[in-house]
Amino acid sequence: MHAIIEYIQSYLSSDQTPGAAGNWFWATVYVLLVFVGLSVAVIAMNWLERKILAHMQVRLGPMRVGPHGLLQPIADALKLLLKEDIMPAEADKVVFWIAPFIVVLAAFTVFVVVPFGPTHAITDMNIGILFMLGVSSLSVLGIVTAGWASNSHYPLIGALRSSAQMVSYEVAMGLAVISVIVMTSLNPEGTGTLSMIGIVKAQEAQHTWFVFKFFPLGLIGFFIFAVAMVAETNRAPFDLPEAESELTAGFHTEYSGFRWSLFFLAEYSAMIAVSSIAVTLWLGGWLRPFPNALSGPAWDFVFSLFPGLTFLFLGAMCFFNTVRMPKHPLFKIQTIGLGAFGAVLALIGLVLFVPAVRERVGDIFWFAAKVAAFMYLYIWYRGTFPRYRFDQLMKVGWKILLPTGLVLLILTAGAGFLEDPVKEWLKHVL
Amino acid sequence: MNPVATPFFFYLLSATMIIGGILVITRKNAVHSAMALITALLAQAGIYLMLYAPFVAGVQIILYAGGIMVLFLFVIMLISIERTVKERQFNKQWLVGIAAAGALGGLFIAVYTKGKSLFPEGRVSFGEGQNTQDVAALLYDSHKGVYMFSFEIASLLLLVAIIGAVVMAKKRI
Repeated sequence: MHAIIEYIQSYLSSDQTPGAAGNWFWATVYVLLVFVGLSVAVIAMNWLERKILAHMQVRLGPMRVGPHGLLQPIADALKLLLKEDIMPAEADKVVFWIAPFIVVLAAFTVFVVVPFGPTHAITDMNIGILFMLGVSSLSVLGIVTAGWASNSHYPLIGALRSSAQMVSYEVAMGLAVISVIVMTSLNPEGTGTLSMIGIVKAQEAQHTWFVFKFFPLGLIGFFIFAVAMVAETNRAPFDLPEAESELTAGFHTEYSGFRWSLFFLAEYSAMIAVSSIAVTLWLGGWLRPFPNALSGPAWDFVFSLFPGLTFLFLGAMCFFNTVRMPKHPLFKIQTIGLGAFGAVLALIGLVLFVPAVRERVGDIFWFAAKVAAFMYLYIWYRGTFPRYRFDQLMKVGWKILLPTGLVLLILTAGAGFLEDPVKEWLKHVL
Repeated sequence: MNPVATPFFFYLLSATMIIGGILVITRKNAVHSAMALITALLAQAGIYLMLYAPFVAGVQIILYAGGIMVLFLFVIMLISIERTVKERQFNKQWLVGIAAAGALGGLFIAVYTKGKSLFPEGRVSFGEGQNTQDVAALLYDSHKGVYMFSFEIASLLLLVAIIGAVVMAKKRI
């Protein structure tokens, strides 16, 4: 017993990820935490997407289940679990059964290397970004097999479109990623890194986020990735594989109940995964904004208050809406519920002000906040952009993004090569 | 940190690979064969990881499991399955097949029995955390880079293959 406690405590003083320290207990805890956090994020995204889309279209969105529809995702999940699970008679049973699991496994496995903080990752791999791109590219296998196994026309067409689209945009995505990896090698040793934590540390060492590096090269790379990642996750305006006006629901037309909810889960966690790649590679991962302009212990303190303030703000919003609730007795339970939810949020906010907690969650907060901005963008795209036609989609991928990516890679390498000589020369001239 | 490259994982991954390989050639349905092949390729990536070569494992997943197999499936899905299930599965080249398998098996047995004298004693250990950098140094480093020429030749070969594919597929460019 004593040995076990010692084993558990031995990790607490280390400054490594549990995977690097080789500590089984904390690795399991981190895996569970990431899994739970991801599930909560998917549930929250479900509610937020419907709400934000509704507000963009001047509707109210879900309002009936719980105050402001807050319990709607839970009701939906229950409905999906209880729904009859239909398998088409002519479907390929085994493949039909396996396909959603391939997609979910691929979408969840990538979070092994996502760095929420310098030590807040399950593990750090030497091939981090390669692992993320590789495993997330496996999800296309699940989509293709799902479409084929349904033995039906619309799913097959959806699967064909999806595989063509994902394979095409993976190329442009890879080129944008390589330009960042070239940037990580701009240190005295001249050695780059593929490790996710290493990439953020390289940005810290170079005192800039890579999106601002070699302006506008970093920005262009970020833009290519931001477009490719929407196509890669089959979201609007690139959601041709599930274009409802043409293909009913694309590759998952024949899926229902629990199996369909697995596709849903995988789609949203894949969105979070690619967003966290973008955040890690270009937006400084867990680093707080304005580290150069607003530096020093005072500003560090101010920025460390943000997590608590965010939750206090959310709690205050809940209280504000509690007051605005209709005074009819039928709304009594909902009003109390919303007030209790606000109280919980405010309590979390207060806990986040405790210095010991504040120091440890700051990095996770900034990472999550940046990812959340991307998730909002996803919803915004869906609310505002019309869907591309398939030939336009291919044209954008192969004729615009790919050549731009190639030129960008060459220019980035050239800029990295010339950076020091030019600085020397400028010093000499001036 | 204890090494995870225990014999248990080796046998597990090897068994997965062998079963996957047998399924590839015995399944009549081409999609099932392709999925078995993907399983075998992923297990192979696991073996690379056990050999402390994470970069090779990552490239294996991206290129074979994620890239080439998707294109395989893409083509296979358009084949009529009803027809292929009725096809005869084995052809008449079994004599050549037995000869080739016998030669390969003989090689394996020879390596297994005489392996100790064929390979140097002890193993070269590369740092797992530096694998990608080591590969890059072997390819491009001005002092250690001995494989640069062969690497460029291989990429030229691939370029020829790409151009050939485009020329063959599209008569009017």
